[in-house]
Amino acid sequence: MGFSFDFSSLINLAYIIASILFIYGLKMLGRAETARRGNLVSATGMLLAVVVTLLSGGLSFTWILVGLVVGSAVGVVAARSVQMTAMPEMVALFNGSGGLASLLVGWAEYLREPDVPIATALPIVLAVLIGGIAFTGSVVAFGKLAGRLPGRPMLFRGQQPINAGILAAAAILGLIFILAPASNYSLFLIVIFASLVLGVLAVIPIGGADMPIVISLLNSYSGLAASAAGFILENNVLIVAGSLVGASGLILTQIMCKSMNRSLSNVLFSGFGASVTSGASAVEGEVKALSSEDAYFILEASRSVIFVPGYGMAVAQAQHVVRELADLLEENGAEVRYAIHPVAGRMPGHMNVLLAEANVPYEQLVEPEDVNPSMATIDVAVVIGANDVVNPAAREDQTSPLYGMPIINVDEARTVFVLKRSMNPGFSGVENPLFFKENTRMLFGDAKQTISSLVSEFKEALAA
Amino acid sequence: MSAILLLFIFVLAIFLGLELITKVPSQLHTPLMSGSNAISGITIVGALLAAGTGGTVGTILGTLAVVFATINVVGGYLVTDRMLAMFKSSRREE
Repeated sequence: MGFSFDFSSLINLAYIIASILFIYGLKMLGRAETARRGNLVSATGMLLAVVVTLLSGGLSFTWILVGLVVGSAVGVVAARSVQMTAMPEMVALFNGSGGLASLLVGWAEYLREPDVPIATALPIVLAVLIGGIAFTGSVVAFGKLAGRLPGRPMLFRGQQPINAGILAAAAILGLIFILAPASNYSLFLIVIFASLVLGVLAVIPIGGADMPIVISLLNSYSGLAASAAGFILENNVLIVAGSLVGASGLILTQIMCKSMNRSLSNVLFSGFGASVTSGASAVEGEVKALSSEDAYFILEASRSVIFVPGYGMAVAQAQHVVRELADLLEENGAEVRYAIHPVAGRMPGHMNVLLAEANVPYEQLVEPEDVNPSMATIDVAVVIGANDVVNPAAREDQTSPLYGMPIINVDEARTVFVLKRSMNPGFSGVENPLFFKENTRMLFGDAKQTISSLVSEFKEALAA
Repeated sequence: MSAILLLFIFVLAIFLGLELITKVPSQLHTPLMSGSNAISGITIVGALLAAGTGGTVGTILGTLAVVFATINVVGGYLVTDRMLAMFKSSRREE
């Protein structure tokens, strides 16, 4: 067998290099010091793959150029203009675009050559099915995150049998299609339609606070869809890159589930938070409100303060004033850290991005297991728009739906400030006994305003 | 290339991906997600081939695929870079 170095081997060699760049890029994305360069490395791999494909010959460039220009323009504008608080819905939209692209690739490949063997017809069906679910699922997730659809789970009678029925129908039709693809275009179109419907139905019963899990899972799907497209084209770089993304999405999904102490099927099918859960024991005690003036005096005397942000901080856009308050506390001699629960917010790492936007150095961002052991030595824990992730019922009350979820034990701090709009329970609908504890003080109102008034108290004191 | 060989590559890459991501600190979860999301735009390679070689309908589908895959790639990488640019260490600041 000769080892001829013709043009097509050169192209495949370039695809291998692109794969290596993706692998290195992902590895570097895993460390704070190298993450930004890692993203650049991975982007270089993508550029290489695109350029090499364009050079592979036999392509007419007119429509390719149109597509590249339009897509780049939309991508640049969207990426530049999106607010950091809107990042979860932006990621969902990008993810949906990728899923749709894989669906379209599968469809176009089928039209180019309808009479294909099973080994090609199967990935065509998979690319379309998974891509379609990732597409409409992401769009629904976008709608929920952006507040254009109700964030609460939408449940209807027979939902799960209907979903299972559609999935089974799509699988059976897909199977018939795979056996005789050339004569079954109409079946193929039905499978496409079913995948789009499935994506919608799969995500509407999932509530806002479970979005970190859903986004991770959809991310995984869009990777797997790209991988399926790679099987159609017999192209290794698609298979490798797609499966890397599929794997990373699965891992994030798993981490998120663990942080909520829930199984994936519980997240996907239970409609958690759809109704106020009964069964949790009644909470006893008195809620003690605190004025921001009194809160200032306590903070002024504190040597160690920990902030615990949640989705409410994102809603109130309070991250900048929080940083300002933290600076003043540090000037005043206090040690300040931020304890961040893995599922706080609406996507994995949501709070970290917001605090980074407010210039909080990442050394100050700590995980629950780093701060929980020394919680008793913390003077004040300031809970900003977080609820379920600080609910001691998860530790103490076996009847609570949250029981077993790892939480941040702010109730063990000397004093807890809870910044909250009202006494409404959190997303899960579970009462929070933290609000009634002896050492808890409630600061009612908009989080941003409350923090701002604390900041001005500090500034006035400094000026005086 | 035989389907089995492709499957072999797929399985190996899945395991590689699981190994690569397992120990990522939670503060990097968002950039990791959006950065890997951009990688899933690799389907652009298939989109380019479809848009450049298909029949009429194939070209339309292919062109649309190029548009959406490009949004995924360009938007995904840029937004990830924007986020990572904000992640600062206090050590470097001082």
